[in-house]
Amino acid sequence: MPLLEVAGLSKRFGGFVALDGIDLTVTEGERVGLIGPNGSGKSTLVNCICGTLANETGTVHFDGRPVDGLLTHERTRRGMARSFQLPRPFVTLTVADNVRVPLLYTVNARRGHALKPDELDSRCAELLQLVSLFDKAAILPRDLTQVEMRKLELARAMAAEPKLLIADEAMAGLSQSEVDDIVGLLIRLNERGITIILIEHIMRAVMRFSQRLVVLVSGKKIADGPPETVIRDSEVEKAYIGE
Amino acid sequence: MVIAIASAAVVFFGARAVSNDYVFFAGYTVLQYIVLATAWNILGGYTGYVNFGSAAFFAMGAYTTVFFHKSLPLPIPALIVIGGIVSGLVGFGMGYLTLRLRGAFFAIATLALAVVLQTFVVNWDYVGGSRGAYIIRPSENVLTGPYIQYLFLLMLSLVVVGLVCARGIERSRLGYGFAAIRDDELAAEACGVPTLRLKLIATTLSGALMGMAGAPFPYYIGYLQPSSAFGLEYAVNSIAMPMIGGTTSWVGPLIGAILLGSLQQIATVTISSAVNLLIVGLLLVGFVIIAPNGIVGLVQDRLRAGAK
Repeated sequence: MPLLEVAGLSKRFGGFVALDGIDLTVTEGERVGLIGPNGSGKSTLVNCICGTLANETGTVHFDGRPVDGLLTHERTRRGMARSFQLPRPFVTLTVADNVRVPLLYTVNARRGHALKPDELDSRCAELLQLVSLFDKAAILPRDLTQVEMRKLELARAMAAEPKLLIADEAMAGLSQSEVDDIVGLLIRLNERGITIILIEHIMRAVMRFSQRLVVLVSGKKIADGPPETVIRDSEVEKAYIGE
Repeated sequence: MVIAIASAAVVFFGARAVSNDYVFFAGYTVLQYIVLATAWNILGGYTGYVNFGSAAFFAMGAYTTVFFHKSLPLPIPALIVIGGIVSGLVGFGMGYLTLRLRGAFFAIATLALAVVLQTFVVNWDYVGGSRGAYIIRPSENVLTGPYIQYLFLLMLSLVVVGLVCARGIERSRLGYGFAAIRDDELAAEACGVPTLRLKLIATTLSGALMGMAGAPFPYYIGYLQPSSAFGLEYAVNSIAMPMIGGTTSWVGPLIGAILLGSLQQIATVTISSAVNLLIVGLLLVGFVIIAPNGIVGLVQDRLRAGAK
């Protein structure tokens, strides 16, 4: 059953066509990699799916229902979470409170599921343990390292109990072992039943992670299929390496 | 809550023990600034939206009182509630019109709102227009004796209401939502925080509290004119006091208002009333350099450094 269905989605900025009739279907439980050269529209696509940007044409269905016209926070409450390309922590809140915000506003906002204060605390602890940040719970995000910041970003997205997680370049600028660390984490999350779309430039990570690979070039989807087949595709090669 | 009421009682009976009306006159001003600073901080400190138009909300409360004084005399507590509602609505309207504005643009819009409202009041003859309006204060009140003590008591209750409100917000879901908006609106939205609705709640609450602070003002001052109700010192003080005290906690505006408010009262008596804003300016410059997070921030940093 498809969890996310994007059909004919287009977005332009003035005269520049950023996305041109994108169709994308993601099945429940899938791990999809989304790649493309810089400026190909990956982040714009994420922003349209999450409601940060409004698409001019096309529709987005999530979990069997249309989400067009819904604000970002409403989509988040339905189970669509994202992490940002550059980490955007709440800088004046502690690491634990960073995770508490989405807990309060998603899990606690759903009818009949309000958590008691001590349940909230233990849920925060659980989430931080998941990304091994538990011993940093009381410090401010500015004292975290890059990789820890990325993990916090993921923990915060996970706090919303998402069905779909969109990780927008969660690994840019990390060392090889740190990349492996995050990929491992994402796969663990997927095994818990979360559908994940990974946007990434680091091919090693993408190949290890993805069950299916989607390629965007200048706002168009040019390939969609098993990773091994896709990277041998002549159009994909042309886009990345030239003729 | 109980502690707040108890300390308010101590303040009131302490002031009575001095048995000098001046204490009440000066104290009223300080209390009024505590309410204004606390109200400003709900929007400016918690949510991160700097409001330069505090005077407008204060004046809306004051002029609501003038209006009812002429049309339908009501007891002051009722006027406080009505003033709060009027200013809350103005706050809601301001929030609605400026939803997409951030940072400096929001600040400029609030400043513009103050100018628009002042022009409106200046040209509204019924409430006195540019001539101003006289409100004759009764000299006695059954509850407390001298009327100024009654006003003092009312303002003291507003301080309690304001502080309890601010403290409540700080520890609630709303407070976390406000803080998330202050730090990163896009990320807040992605975390499920309904940022637009929360901003409206903040502008409404903040505006309502300021209006409540302004409602008894005509009875205090006796003669209200647009230039005093929309005075620069309200806008400046309600920003400076939380900044000096610290904006992240309810204690900050309280400390800042007591410190700055008393200092201004002392300066008014001992030096000259024109020194007021100079003091604010100098202190603000000093604090921005030495303690950008205010007194509360300074103490927190010390504590944190001590713990390490």
